[in-house]
Order: sequence, then C-alpha cells, then structure tokens
Amino acid sequence: MAYIEIDESRCKGCGLCTLACSRKLVMMSDTANKQGYVTAVATRQDQCTGCSLCAEICPDVAIVVFK
Amino acid sequence: MQQVFKKPVSLKDVQTHFCPGCHHGTFHRLVAEAMDEFGVQKRTIGVASVGCSVFLYGYFDIDVVEAPHGRAPAVATGVKRARPDAFVFTYQGDGDLAAIGTSEIIHAANRGEDMTVIFVNNTTYGMTGGQMAPTTLVGQRTSTSPYGRNQGKDGAPIRMAELLAQLEGVAFSARVAVNNPKNLMDAKRQIKKAFRYQAEGKGFSFIEALSSCPTNWGMDPIKANERVGTEMCAYFPLGVFKNAAEF
Amino acid sequence: MTKRLFMKGNEALAMAAIEAGCRYYFGYPITPQSDIPEYMSRELPKLGGEFIQAESEVASINMLLGASATGVRAMTSSSSPGISLKQEGISYMAGAELPGVIVNICRSGPGLGGIDASQADYFQAVKGGGHGGYHIIVLAPASVQEMYDLTMLAFDLADIYRMPAMILGDSVVGQMKEPVVPNKRPERNLPPKDWVVRGKGDGEQRVVKSLYLGDGELEAHNWKLHARYGELKAKEARWEEFMLDDAELVVTAFGSAARIAKSAVMAARDKGLKVGLLRPITLYPFPEKGFRAATDRCKKVLDIELNTGQMVEDVRLSIARDAEVFFYGRPPGAGSLPTPEELLEQITKHYV
Repeated sequence: MAYIEIDESRCKGCGLCTLACSRKLVMMSDTANKQGYVTAVATRQDQCTGCSLCAEICPDVAIVVFK
Repeated sequence: MQQVFKKPVSLKDVQTHFCPGCHHGTFHRLVAEAMDEFGVQKRTIGVASVGCSVFLYGYFDIDVVEAPHGRAPAVATGVKRARPDAFVFTYQGDGDLAAIGTSEIIHAANRGEDMTVIFVNNTTYGMTGGQMAPTTLVGQRTSTSPYGRNQGKDGAPIRMAELLAQLEGVAFSARVAVNNPKNLMDAKRQIKKAFRYQAEGKGFSFIEALSSCPTNWGMDPIKANERVGTEMCAYFPLGVFKNAAEF
Repeated sequence: MTKRLFMKGNEALAMAAIEAGCRYYFGYPITPQSDIPEYMSRELPKLGGEFIQAESEVASINMLLGASATGVRAMTSSSSPGISLKQEGISYMAGAELPGVIVNICRSGPGLGGIDASQADYFQAVKGGGHGGYHIIVLAPASVQEMYDLTMLAFDLADIYRMPAMILGDSVVGQMKEPVVPNKRPERNLPPKDWVVRGKGDGEQRVVKSLYLGDGELEAHNWKLHARYGELKAKEARWEEFMLDDAELVVTAFGSAARIAKSAVMAARDKGLKVGLLRPITLYPFPEKGFRAATDRCKKVLDIELNTGQMVEDVRLSIARDAEVFFYGRPPGAGSLPTPEELLEQITKHYV
C-alpha cells in the first residue's frame, strides 16, 4: 500500500509526472492553484506502487511518496 | 509506512523561479541529493554563475559565491585552492560555460582542479530571452537566429562533454538527461559519481546536463521534454566520456 | 641595527605581500611586472601557499575573488593592458565588498603602447575602472621602500574597508634597485571576517554576491559603499610634504614623477626659489585636505605627471578657490621621461 502527496501550491502544471507514471495514476486536474497553474492530481491511489518516478521527474519537488 | 521520497536536506523548501517543465529544478534536486548522500552540505561552497542559474543561493542551503558571467571555474579555483577541505562545485549554463567562459572552463579542467562542474545545456540563453547559444542546434530558430542557426556562419554546436574529456586534467566527464525515468535514474548515478570524484580527491569532474527550455523554445513542457530525447540526444549523445578512476 | 636589503621594487613588493600574510597569488606574465609572479612562484610553495599562473588576467582576478571570498589574503598583479582585463572582476569585488590587492606596474598606452614608465592609468585606477560607480583604494609608491611598506598597508586597508586596494606604480619604481628595510608587518586591529564563505557547518548560510534585486536593496547597498568611501577620505588620505612651509610655488606629483620633481625642487631651492613638493601617497582617497591647507597659504600649484593631465583634475577640485594650477606633463613613451632640469625650467617659469 503506497501513496503520493502532491503539494498543489508548488505544482507548476508541467505534466511531466503524468508521463513518468507507468500506470497513468497521475493526471492533470481541471483546477488552477493560486499561481494560476492547472495542477496534477493523484488518482486511484490504491494502485500506486510507490515507485517514486513521478516525484523523481517533478522539477519542482512538489511530490512526496510514502510506502 | 514510511516516506520513500522527500526533498533533499541541502535543498531549501522554496518555490523556484524556473518556468514550468524546465529541467533546472530537477538538476538542482539531483545535485542536492548527491550532496546529502556524501554528507558534504556543511562544507560545500557553491559557485553561482550568470543566467537562470544565478539564484543558486536561493535554492541550495549552502554557502555560495557569485561569479561574473563565465568565470565560475576561475572563482571556484580560488575558493578551492584557499580552502582545499571545502567541497566546491559550479553550476553554469551553456552561454556562461561554453561561450563567454570557454577559457576559464578549459583551463580549470586542464589544471585538474579538484572540483565538480554542473553544466546545464538547454541550447539557448534562457535568462536573456532565448538568444542563440554555442549549443543551439543547426537550424534552430532563436531570437538572434531567426532564420535558424547557420552552420556556415555560426559554426556547429559545441559538444563540451566530449571536448573536455580530451584534457588530461579531467577525471570524469558525462552527459546526462532527465527527460524520462530511465535517463533520470542514470543522471542521478552519474552526478553522484562526479561528486564521488571530488569527495575522494580524484580530480575534476564534469556533468553536462541536457535541459529543456519550454518558454524560449516556444513549446509546452511535454513537447519540450520530448525534444530533449529526440533532437538534443541525437546531436548530444548521452554517456560517459571519461571515467579515469572507473567508478 | 635593522637589516637593509638592496633589491628591485617589484621584488620588495612581493616580499612585503608575503610578510603581510598573503599566501595566494594569481597572475599572468606581462612586462614590466613579471618579477612579481616569478618571486611568488618561488616563495609561496615554501610557505604552504598557492601560486597559479592563470590562463588570463580575467581568470586571475576571478581566482583572487574566489580566494578572497574565503577570507585569505590574496593578490594579483599586472600591467596596464592586463589591468583593463581585470576591471570586470574588480567591479564584482567592489560590489561584493571583497578585499584583495591588485598591483598595476603601468605601461604606456593606449592600446599596446609601450613598456615605459607611465601614469596614464590614473583615471582608470581612481575613478573606478570598471562599470557601476565604485572606488578602490589606490596607493602610489615613489621608492622601493614604499613599494614594500605600502603593499603591507594595502592589505590592511583592504581588510578594514572590505574593498580592493591597488598599488599603482610603473617601471621606474618596479624595476629600480634601492636599499629597503624589510619592516615587520605592523600590528593592527582588523575587523573579524565574519562574512566569508567557509561551508555553512551548523551556522547560517553565507553568500558573497553583488546582485541585489529587491526593491530598494541595491540603492541602499550603493549608499553604504558611498559612506565607506567618505570614511576612507576622512581617515586614510596620506601625502608627503617637502619644504612646503614657506613655499611660494607648490609642486605636486605622485609616484615616479614625484622623484624627478623632488630633484627639481631641491635644485630650485639651491637657486633660492621657495618651492616645495606635495606628493599624494594615496591617490584614492585623494589628499584633499593637504591641498586645501597648502593652497590656503600658497596660491600657485604646478602639477607634473607622466600623462597629458589626469591627477590635475583632482588637484583643481581640492585647492583653495583663489589658487592657480599649472600643468606640465609628458605622455608616456620611449624618451618621454622628463629630466630634473626640464622640470626646473617649468618651476622657474611658473615661479615668477
């Protein structure tokens, strides 16, 4: 059982995390944060393996991973 | 349940000024992770350069000296010679290192200064608004090569990692990218190797880091990320060009 | 009795730097100052110091910047064209409030010019030769002994005021041999260097930089530097007065020109002319008070320089309102060094 937390305030909405997740669990939301960036969200967390690749590829260190 | 991925200690908990999708942030984190791994944060003196990497001191929780444009390897030489016990690295862009600072990087490398250089190549001058850099690809349009880089007039882009690997003083030279998980994990390994060279006093280590610049390339972050893997990697092959101690 | 040595000005300067605790030297060969790097390359390794013959003047000033940021005493030296190349780094050092000693054993210019004695770099030295509106301390030795003593002073002043200090000489004082008393480094209370980068350890992060982007930050930084220049002016201006008390003509000159001028002043005295010499030792801060006091009494000044008139501008700004300034200069070049007789002729002309 693993999960990720995305710090919405740090996310710049680049979307690179959505490419890194092999299970496509990280998706772009349709809401903007207070900086105006449309942020990424974690979905179907029950399928997360905690591989951390989404966090690794995030240029803004906006994702932390628990496992 | 434990946290398996978190911000490195050497990196400050602040928002960067980098544009969305820019790989600078990722390279900052990888450098900070390497610092943490070797336990050198407290004795590190970073040398900042001019360009998008100028705010090094704002993001790394380490002592920092700011160098004039291109001169970071000379400043770092002065720092390291005066404080041989310090862990010294420079972080420079392509305009800084491969154009105005060519002389300083080549000679610091040739002297085999015991330091690490992180060279971020994004084929453009980012901070000043996307002008042609020494690494701009042939045909690439920039704000000062509006018809595309012309090899006949502007020369071909410089491959610094290969060039420096030729020098006797260089112990380690590698080119890395972070455009996909595989390249990223390899980049992490190579950056740690580069740091290991200095940690063990084994000489000059150099990392050329291919980065995207979505804003100045006029691309969205995903497309820009893709370009790193296609156009950039085709001309700037990833790999280790020198590994004198075979780490 | 203190030991006296017979040595070249450049060597005396290098020896003084080492006595002052300088253990780091970065330079590039250029005539007529190459004795300095040669001396340092020989002596520093014996003392556990570092000598680097850099790839360029640009690199050597930046190595100085880096070393100085760690708190050590460090030096670079060059001659005019090389000093031009160093201006970028000097501006950054001034902006980042870094001490450091820069030696300019001037050649003649502009351009490649020649290697003869010259004072044509006065403006560049005292007005802040690089961009951004700053000053550095400038000391002008007129003898081999002063090459020694002022070099030690330069290190102290640079540390006290946290700014680069320059020794401005030329081939006359650099290449000539004279007896020197190798004085011990004077005891002086120096401020702690609590700003140096060292690796943060368990302390706060330290940053040595000249970039200030916050609202009002850079203006405040510039006012702070400006106030320091004022303090420097108030406390550190130095000059030599020679036979000024009853003088009816004040001759002024600095460095090598002052030596020739002094001979001419003595010759004038032999002829019964009441002539004295006011020799600025610090070119920045300029000895304004010395000029003001001298010209409150004596209303004629003859300024002599190895250029077409540079220091004379500062002389004009410093004198009493009703004093008159004459200028005699010869731009540098082979055969242009004036003789004492030539200067005596000028003195005689303006005395009447």
